[in-house]
Amino acid sequence: MKLLTGNDLKTGFVTWWTGADWSLHIEDAADVGEQGEAILAAEEGARRVNAPYIIAGEMTPDGPRPAHIKDRIRALGPTVRPDLTLKPADPNAGDWVI
Amino acid sequence: MYKYDEYDHAMVAARVAEFSDQVRRRLAGEITEDQFKPLRLMNGLYLQLHAYMLRVAVPYGTLDSRQMRMLAHIARKYDRDYGHFTTRQNIQYNWIKLEDAPAILEDLASVEMHAIQTSGNCIRNISSDQWAGAAADEITDPRPWAELLRQWSSFHPEFSYLPRKFKIAVIAADEDRAAMRLHDIGIQIVEKDGQHGAAFYVGGGMGRTPMIAPLIKDFVPLEDMLSYAEACLRVYNRYGRRDNIYKARIKILIHELGADEYRRQVEEEWAHVKSLGIDPPKAEFDRIAAQFAPPALDASAPDEIDRSDPDFAVWVDQNVAKHKMPGHAIVNISLKPVGGIPGDASSAQIDLMADLAEKYSHDELRVTHAQNIVLPHVRKADLYAIWQALDAAGLATPNLDLISDIIACPGLDYCSLANARSIPVAQKIAARFSDLGRQKELGELKLKISGCINACGHHHAGHIGILGVDRKGTENYQLLLGGSGAEDVSLGTITGPGFDEDGIVDAIERVTDKYLAERAEGERFVDTYRRVGMAPFKEAIYG
Amino acid sequence: MVEHLHSDGEEPCVTLDAFLNQSNATAVRLESDEDARALIPYLDRLKLIEVAFPKFRDGRGYSSARILREAGYAGELRAQGDVLVDQIAYMKRCGFDSFAPEKPLDPADVEAALTRWPEHYQTAADGAVPIWKLRHG
Repeated sequence: MKLLTGNDLKTGFVTWWTGADWSLHIEDAADVGEQGEAILAAEEGARRVNAPYIIAGEMTPDGPRPAHIKDRIRALGPTVRPDLTLKPADPNAGDWVI
Repeated sequence: MYKYDEYDHAMVAARVAEFSDQVRRRLAGEITEDQFKPLRLMNGLYLQLHAYMLRVAVPYGTLDSRQMRMLAHIARKYDRDYGHFTTRQNIQYNWIKLEDAPAILEDLASVEMHAIQTSGNCIRNISSDQWAGAAADEITDPRPWAELLRQWSSFHPEFSYLPRKFKIAVIAADEDRAAMRLHDIGIQIVEKDGQHGAAFYVGGGMGRTPMIAPLIKDFVPLEDMLSYAEACLRVYNRYGRRDNIYKARIKILIHELGADEYRRQVEEEWAHVKSLGIDPPKAEFDRIAAQFAPPALDASAPDEIDRSDPDFAVWVDQNVAKHKMPGHAIVNISLKPVGGIPGDASSAQIDLMADLAEKYSHDELRVTHAQNIVLPHVRKADLYAIWQALDAAGLATPNLDLISDIIACPGLDYCSLANARSIPVAQKIAARFSDLGRQKELGELKLKISGCINACGHHHAGHIGILGVDRKGTENYQLLLGGSGAEDVSLGTITGPGFDEDGIVDAIERVTDKYLAERAEGERFVDTYRRVGMAPFKEAIYG
Repeated sequence: MVEHLHSDGEEPCVTLDAFLNQSNATAVRLESDEDARALIPYLDRLKLIEVAFPKFRDGRGYSSARILREAGYAGELRAQGDVLVDQIAYMKRCGFDSFAPEKPLDPADVEAALTRWPEHYQTAADGAVPIWKLRHG
């Protein structure tokens, strides 16, 4: 699957394209198929996202998973500060990254 | 310490206004990200892995308690309650919102701080010796010259769109605590025939093509320092490569031209530039220098330290350095607790260090390129009280310059350029060597980790260096031995094939075991390496 | 203040090579990789030197401008190309007195940019008195 990600222009937070909007949570990310470039151009033009790009990923039982470790860290947060990730209550959340 | 006058205040205020307007135009869609990027970078604002990151300048690493408290305030109010001190004596915040950036810059300006030129292809924050003004071995305080360079380089109209970034360091002691020769320009204030002058080393740097700066001029009269720097920069701005970002640093130009030809071009330019009235008069230097006058230290302060508390004594031996004034000492606060993140400090810790500086260190603090904090002017009689306060806050790790005093870049946990994580590797190494007796047995051992080839973690200059790379989508770590960023400057050599995260920790243990087996009396790790060479270590690592 | 933004209807600039080949032209265009010092022998007969900024990140033109002004050139010095409002204050300090941006600039933004800085830390080519001199009268 192909995922569209970027950062929110005002806050800088990592966001994922859900098919209709942007979400902080990769669980909400949608497969953009071949539509990535078109969505990217429109959303960047509308200033709803900054520095968007398309990545490869796969669908797993836990939801979409980016192919590259960098994007998995972007999706979760810093592995060395579990308290600052999107899953602060899950002590093993970092395992998802590796 | 330097205090802004009306002019300095007005310049920083103008910059805040300018950047506020640029942010407004970006948010309104009047400028594209491509146009905005160099503008935000020149104000220290990056777009990183998780959010915007703001890099705040700490000119030549010097702060007072009011400024330090402002750093804590920004961490609390606009970030997630911590900051990261960097190898260029700055501080970075990892979770900044673009819409907050103008307000943060206003808060900084209220305590005479800024984020000007902490990124971008311009002259960056001027770095210096963290013990300046206190070190027993300096010939003068280098910071007035650093401040003169700061003002000259701020908003420099000719040198704000250089081929690439440009870093300058100024020191005034033979012991190099600022990695001076690994800067684009390294200046050492030297003495000749009773006069002080500036030795210019130009074209050093780390990154993907590490180079040690050659000496370009051994003695520039101090009154000509700015015009000589201007000539160095103009030759670079005109002829530095702009066709390839990886070959755009001045080190490549000087390497390609040769130091002699570069020197000839600089001399030719300088002969012209010197006549333009670029150098301020001595009165301006004297005005700045007066603000760095040594604090009123009590020369009769007692020189003895009560070492009856053994934990305190261990800390004194490792983290306290000699001050030029009897009865006084330099306190080095380690930001490298075992299990911690090198260089990170919480807002509460930052506030505490500010309090200690105000109470015990003539209101001064320093940031070091090794990502630690210094209280430069402390009475020996106050050391115990300082240690107790630091210890209670988790800031009394007695590991200065030992194997767990690791320099590490933020790596892939935070940085969009990184290929591998640095911090977890630093944590695993610190845990493996957590026994302090074992660390002290190994002695001075500078271990430096970068998460990519850009070398923010100074891996080329580590006695032991680690470079994280991306090997087919997984993190892999190369090991380097024999580097140094000090006066015995050298570049590390890669041992061979890389390792995974646990493998690199094992490899380092084999290297340190080999050192213990091979070392001669009084040799540091790097001395032994230089004497016996790579082969025995390679054999120990790879069999 | 901005002296003027470039307008059409004047003598076209010739290339540096054409100029040096004994052209009688009084207007010449300097590309960013060309040596401004080649023009120094001819400065008194030149009325216009146009310095190219192919990309705003290419900062060689700032040095070209200063070299020309430092050599005594008194004619029009024009920055042409990828000239953005956020660069023109620096350009003016380096000696440019006219601007021919590829994309038109908002006159209000231009005015704001050129009046932004109360003083300047350095000596440059615009005749501004540096702060260190103001401090010491």
